[in-house]
Amino acid sequence: MSVSVDPDAVDLQVEVAGRRLPNPVMVASGCAAAGRELQAFFDVADLGAVVTKSIMVDPRAGRPTPRMAETPSGMLNSIGLQGPGIDAFLATDLPWLVSSGARPIVSIAGSALGEYAELARRVGHSPGVVAVEVNISCPNVNNRGLVFACDPYQAAKVLAVVRRDVPRDIPVFAKLSPDVTDLVTVAEAVMDAGASGLAMINTLLGIAMDPLTLRPVLGGVTGGLSGPAIRPVALRCVWQVHQAMPEVPILGIGGVRTGADALEFLLAGASAVQVGTVIFSDPSAPVRVITELRSELATRGFTSPAQVVGLAHTPAAQASAAHDLDPLRVT
Amino acid sequence: MTGSGPLVLSAAPLQQRAEVLTVKRIGAYHHLTLVAPGVAERFRPGHFAALAVGGPDTALLLRRAFSIYRVKSSGVYGGTVEVVFAVTGPGTAWLAARAPHERVDVVAPLGRPFALPKEPVPCVLVGGGYGSAPLFSLAERLRERGCGVHIVLGAGCEQRLFGTREAKRSAGSVLVTTEDGSVGTRGRVTDVLPELVTGTGAGVVYACGPMGMLAAVAEIAESAGAWSQCAVEEAMACGIGVCMTCVLPVVGEDGRTRMVRSCVEGPVFRGDRVRWSALGSVPADALGAPRWGGP
Repeated sequence: MSVSVDPDAVDLQVEVAGRRLPNPVMVASGCAAAGRELQAFFDVADLGAVVTKSIMVDPRAGRPTPRMAETPSGMLNSIGLQGPGIDAFLATDLPWLVSSGARPIVSIAGSALGEYAELARRVGHSPGVVAVEVNISCPNVNNRGLVFACDPYQAAKVLAVVRRDVPRDIPVFAKLSPDVTDLVTVAEAVMDAGASGLAMINTLLGIAMDPLTLRPVLGGVTGGLSGPAIRPVALRCVWQVHQAMPEVPILGIGGVRTGADALEFLLAGASAVQVGTVIFSDPSAPVRVITELRSELATRGFTSPAQVVGLAHTPAAQASAAHDLDPLRVT
Repeated sequence: MTGSGPLVLSAAPLQQRAEVLTVKRIGAYHHLTLVAPGVAERFRPGHFAALAVGGPDTALLLRRAFSIYRVKSSGVYGGTVEVVFAVTGPGTAWLAARAPHERVDVVAPLGRPFALPKEPVPCVLVGGGYGSAPLFSLAERLRERGCGVHIVLGAGCEQRLFGTREAKRSAGSVLVTTEDGSVGTRGRVTDVLPELVTGTGAGVVYACGPMGMLAAVAEIAESAGAWSQCAVEEAMACGIGVCMTCVLPVVGEDGRTRMVRSCVEGPVFRGDRVRWSALGSVPADALGAPRWGGP
């Protein structure tokens, strides 16, 4: 059995795709705008990274309301990527994040390859960007509106153009959709195309009916399901991909509410986690998760998040033996 | 805070696990008082509070947003915030079932408050149902500025009116309408409003209530040459500006329509700026509207 350590003995620093971060907790794209609104609740510089809401080339009004429906332990959203466009983002949002000391991971989204390329160029050459996350869960206008993420070939093409245009020293993460038949195939395709790592998962497509109108609740009809309701699905995705490609850095996303939830993602193979929908319920959740993760690790005798990444894939007896041999362990 | 962007938080909100002081039933509504030090000092009429519901392990993730009815800065309980709400689902039912000393996580004050006139002009305040809640602290601020205050309260029936007695204390005149005629004039607030706005020579009409009422009030104010300040109620997930669900089409200073967040850019808007007839849609001329139909 492991012996617990003092939480202060835990060093939460992690290295993800060559980037050193003070801790493995980020805010997820679309759940934190561009970070500024959360500054009222905690210092965004305290996060491992801030993943921005996906930015597109042009300003975008998004979908009609209602845009959300509360569902058990989660919600459906149909925002439609409302945003100011890349010009305003680079003029206002990104400089604010950089000046506040945050580590921005910029999420980009396009409806055609050319848009991804333009975004990659402009974001990749902006100062202060820690990494790029590529939202490929968007309809491809040149492929019958089929979502890029659902087709390994199209997904790989997006990652290839983004990788080509983002400077080498900036990692590029592909954000994967769980709504596919074989996630590992998509994961392998985007890694082969040059991705530095994977962010998983995006929302699951869902729908809710209004008992009064007897019609779909959402103005956009379907929406993305997020929140603790999807956590087991997200963990399964991380588990499967880590098993197939243990060397690939994974950002685990899906219903993280507590430090214990974050620990689950690390055990499944994620190198870092993103806190998303739970921010709507508790705007200070991201920093709470950092504190809780520290104590979850300390209680179990771990002194670094790296010690538990993928640990659940090793048999129980071996796991504790490996841990006992860990030179960083404080007793 | 630094930065030069368009976002201006009118006051830094506080998040706290607030102790329940009282939950009282008033007609068809519930009146909740929470101990929340610091809110009163930041509060201006029109601000709202976002309450988490269901406790720490709840399956109900989204906050419930309510206009702030009243705040007290100190006294025995060290600062309180009060909201009035109707039970419309499991979240509000949970709130209504709270007992004193239990805790409710509250974020407040949020949003942009009512704009106050610089001159001591007569003002008409219109509340639909429990939408009247934020109007009483507004009336107080207006009176302090020397503005004459006239209040109109309307609801489906007497049970659904809120604050008729308080209105009589805080306003020079009070009109009440009910759709079933159980008290006051039978009909809607908009039936009595045009005459009141003209008769008082109102410079500003303030309103809080259902969207349909706000649209009608804005139009009446406009045709009488008065400004209107409408506190909208859009469904919100977060209340703090990060989720982008509570948007509505609003015309900016530059004449452009944008889909703006009612939580941070509202909930109070100039009535003549809101595209009332386009609520629930994205107008084709809005900034960033889909160019080819779209999904």
